[in-house]
Amino acid sequence: MKTYKGTYVSLIKMCFISGLQYRAAAFAGMITQFAFGIMFIRQYLAFYRTNPDAFPMEISQIVSYIWIQQAFLAMFFTWYFQNNIFTDITNGQISYDLARPINLYSKWFCQCVASRLSRAVLRCLPILLIGMVLPKPYKLILPPNAFQFLLFMVSALLAMAVVVSFNMFIYISTFYTMSPVGIRIMGAAFADFMAGSLVPLPFFPDGVRQIAELLPFAAMQNMPLRIYSGNISGIEALYGILFQLLWFVILLIFGRLWMKKTLQKVIIQGG
Amino acid sequence: MKLYAKYVSMHLKSQMQYKTSFFLTITGQFLVSFTVLSGLYFMMNRFSRIDGFTLQQVLLCFSIVLMAFSLAECFARGFDLFPQMIQNGDLDRVLVRPRSVVFQVLAGKMEFSRLGRMIQAVFVFCYAIPASGIAWTADKIFTLVLMIVCGMLIFSGLFLVYAAVSIFTIEGIEFMNVLTDGGREFGTYPYSIYGDGILKFLTYIIPLALFQYYPMLYLFGMERSPLYMLTPPAGMLFLIPAYGFWRFGLRRYKSTGS
Repeated sequence: MKTYKGTYVSLIKMCFISGLQYRAAAFAGMITQFAFGIMFIRQYLAFYRTNPDAFPMEISQIVSYIWIQQAFLAMFFTWYFQNNIFTDITNGQISYDLARPINLYSKWFCQCVASRLSRAVLRCLPILLIGMVLPKPYKLILPPNAFQFLLFMVSALLAMAVVVSFNMFIYISTFYTMSPVGIRIMGAAFADFMAGSLVPLPFFPDGVRQIAELLPFAAMQNMPLRIYSGNISGIEALYGILFQLLWFVILLIFGRLWMKKTLQKVIIQGG
Repeated sequence: MKLYAKYVSMHLKSQMQYKTSFFLTITGQFLVSFTVLSGLYFMMNRFSRIDGFTLQQVLLCFSIVLMAFSLAECFARGFDLFPQMIQNGDLDRVLVRPRSVVFQVLAGKMEFSRLGRMIQAVFVFCYAIPASGIAWTADKIFTLVLMIVCGMLIFSGLFLVYAAVSIFTIEGIEFMNVLTDGGREFGTYPYSIYGDGILKFLTYIIPLALFQYYPMLYLFGMERSPLYMLTPPAGMLFLIPAYGFWRFGLRRYKSTGS
């Protein structure tokens, strides 16, 4: 059992370190995210000055929401796929992995988690720091207390776990479709939207919002971002984390089952 | 031109070989811009106006920008792959052929699946044109056409700059996305909402506002001077330095070898 664990730990380490290599790209990416952050904030400020009564969050909350979202982009968005998994399946490389004595689901899971983490680690700090020294409406503020910050950290990791286990379905579906582009774009666009990537869930119209808050997508970025900004706090935040855990377990179980079924009748491409 | 038509039919045929994939990708592209549209609707539904613009006006704005962008993307997305052409040495081959480099890059890649975005733009367009409450006189129709055509050319110019920058950096730089994809994304709303500084930047440096914000004021009857109608062609002046930069880059080109 111990050796198994060692395998996955070193897998994570490997992906993490290779992800840390691309520093120049990370720098360009950071500037991009910074510019996007400012533009999004200005958009919300425009809505606020037009009709402040209709604004469902505090200005400082939406600002934190946006900065934290930009800083941890790689952890929270479903569209950040591991492209090599798709190519491995379509060109038949996957047969090597199948011959290895490790669980393919776990291997992919570790890969995804590691590369997301390394990307986020590389990029988050400068954005957070700049966000914190900006003048008033753009300033990123800390959560009200340490406990809330702790809840945010737990929720952020769970959100990433939910995102990755959702993505597993898209990876597995490639065994059937062999051309992942369409499903990939559709799945990611829908999931991220329902997770509040474009418009946070509190801005959704009544009816749609209540439904969206029950779906697994609400267990993605929606939860940690709203916990950090203080939009969800105290006992509600704890319930939110339970909700995330629940969806994570459900997605994990079904994903593993589907993977098992798929691998029993998989046909390897190429020769 | 004849050669270009030949390239078009060639690309169309080759992409049609994978029909399911092609249509799934179109649907995907459609859904992506549909989420943007839903977001717009959710926000406008809640706030009913943004800086005095109504939902119908914002929708018209959204569809014009999306249309201009997707047209540009259909034909000029070849520039997107330009960094790869440099990396694997394909550009060397292109340079020795007796046709202009721009032509070869443009004809080298066409993404018809990007039509998904355009379909969306057309739908919203058809809704917003009557719903915006504009009396469609000849001058307004002319303004609209100018907006789309010039918008397409300005976006193409941005793709060109993206390609030219990559001659120096070898890799495509993500930052350019702020101007291209960001220009589309944030062009959902009139550029004026982002504040004076950004509006000035988008007027004098990257002239996206010249095809979007100013002529739109004329369309909505907020400004009567025909000067506003003619800002989109002025924005095309941007193509001169863009092309100049591209030429400059090509002269400095050092092959990466292969």
